[in-house]
Amino acid sequence: MNLLTELKEGLCISWDAIRANKMRSILTTLGIVIGIVTVTLMGSAIEGLNRSFLKSISFIGADVLYVQRFNWLNESFEDWIKMRKRREITLAQVQALERQLTLAQAITPQVQASEQVKYQKRHSDSVTITGTTEQFQFTGGFTVADGRFLTAAEAQGGRPVCVIGFTVATNLFQRQSPLGAKISIGAQTFEVIGVLEKQGGLLDGGSLDNQAIIPLNQFITHFQSHPDYVIQVKAGNVGQLEEVKAQLRGVMRRIRRLAPTDPDDFAINQQDQILDMFHKVAGTIAAIGLFITGLSLFVGGIGIMNIMFVSVAERTREIGIRKALGAKRRTILLQFLIEAAAICLLGGGIGLGFAWPLTFAMQKYLPATLSPSLVALAFLVSLVTGLLSGFFPAWRAARMNPVDALRSGE
Amino acid sequence: MSLIRLQSISRRYQMGAETIHALRAVSLEIQRGEYVAIMGPSGSGKSTLMNLIGCLDTPTAGEYELNSVQVSQMDDNQLAEIRNKEIGFIFQTFNLLPRSDALRNVELPLIYSGMAAEQRRQVALDALTSVGLADRVHHKPNEMSGGQRQRVAVARALVNQPSILLADEPTGNLDTRTGLEILALFNELSRRGNTIIVVTHEEDVAKHARRIIRIRDGSIAADERQDSPGA
Repeated sequence: MNLLTELKEGLCISWDAIRANKMRSILTTLGIVIGIVTVTLMGSAIEGLNRSFLKSISFIGADVLYVQRFNWLNESFEDWIKMRKRREITLAQVQALERQLTLAQAITPQVQASEQVKYQKRHSDSVTITGTTEQFQFTGGFTVADGRFLTAAEAQGGRPVCVIGFTVATNLFQRQSPLGAKISIGAQTFEVIGVLEKQGGLLDGGSLDNQAIIPLNQFITHFQSHPDYVIQVKAGNVGQLEEVKAQLRGVMRRIRRLAPTDPDDFAINQQDQILDMFHKVAGTIAAIGLFITGLSLFVGGIGIMNIMFVSVAERTREIGIRKALGAKRRTILLQFLIEAAAICLLGGGIGLGFAWPLTFAMQKYLPATLSPSLVALAFLVSLVTGLLSGFFPAWRAARMNPVDALRSGE
Repeated sequence: MSLIRLQSISRRYQMGAETIHALRAVSLEIQRGEYVAIMGPSGSGKSTLMNLIGCLDTPTAGEYELNSVQVSQMDDNQLAEIRNKEIGFIFQTFNLLPRSDALRNVELPLIYSGMAAEQRRQVALDALTSVGLADRVHHKPNEMSGGQRQRVAVARALVNQPSILLADEPTGNLDTRTGLEILALFNELSRRGNTIIVVTHEEDVAKHARRIIRIRDGSIAADERQDSPGA
């Protein structure tokens, strides 16, 4: 008897057995259903979080360095206190850096404040006001959806123009196009020349979309005359990043007039730092989460094993008959393995049937996604659970002595 | 050449500290086409002998040649193949699969011998027809009388055209009239050339055979041939 017929026969037999013990099959399957639902939901939540994190971190740009007073990641509170005592980065230092740093592709100073933005009767609160130069469009990692970005001339001086984020645009303007409209930021009036594409994600808490970008000079004149600058330095490509970073550090130390023995009193931040930390944390969370939810699947598997032992025991006579008529060990083994696997796959299918709508419900709170690979994984996991938990009972059945098996129940 | 040749076959069981000698150096030959009854009181070793002849069990000592093939040292899987090809079992309790209909029960040995589905169905239908159950093929065992069930079992035993029909108390669960029907069927099969071995403790059943082997305490006590069986 070849393997294909054995599989087909096994499927028929196990389907009969599952139908013959409906209540038992339902309860056993339920264990697997619950296991698969929890594992799948956990998986989809983790995958969703990962994806939205990576999407939301992409605005930082892999080849962009951030020069600023503070480190993004602090080892301790004491470190943070120390950093607070660092001198601010001034406009003069920014300009010196722009002159001396030769390897960078783009250098952008960036300062921020928070203001209310109004248009007629509508307003948007706590909008991040970013003062910067035209170079920001190369370092900032965004796209202008509508209109245009600041020009060099606008950045240098005069005209009160602004580019607004997606949230500001939707808050202030309902039907009309924001382009050309005069909005007030704080006490000043700015003309909208561009609208950014929606870019926010998990990480920034929506501040990327709730922002208005204005020329640096306007910012200094109207909002803060001596702000603490953040300088974005674009290396051009990731391969050059370390080289640019080395030059950047040297130039900054010279500009800040540090003695050779002094430690850096500024930080050079980059996306990698956050990614590294994220991968570490996310990996741990995923491992723990999947382990805990995996336990419920494990319990389901024990249920399968238990019921398969019962099934083997009460079908001892049947096993004896089959063996007397010429069934080999492999045939019997396969028959019970298929039965266990069928129950588990059924449970996996039903579990996914529940997990799918639940994932949509979860999307209200979390960016969960049920990807095809996760679905495939869920089926694989249920198949493996079935095979593993079915193996010992099936092995016991396969090794039965036909004489004893035939005599059972007499 | 004998179909069955047992040479000083012994079978011992270990029951705790005690060793039970179920068979003690039994030698026996059965020719093709014989109709043999194996008789003996319970505990005599006749079931052990039947299990050995049926390749359900292997001897502790001695040699068993079935159809010129040495089977006493075969492993589980080889024995399964021999049972499938050479032996048709008929049990006292019928031993049909309760959830399968008559046709599927009869198909079972053919499934294990690897016959293709369509041919299998036809062969099984023919076997059921030959025992007079052409109109019961889709009945499940619990929808049939005892006699009908035993006839399904006979059809199943015959379907692979085995060398031996091995019946263990075939009439034990049937009333007298149905029992006689089954025995008449055996007579018919014997006339057609089938080798039949019936294990029983009823003289009425045994007298249908042409040869009666009596077992007592694990040994052959008598080996009688009767010229006018069924008388």
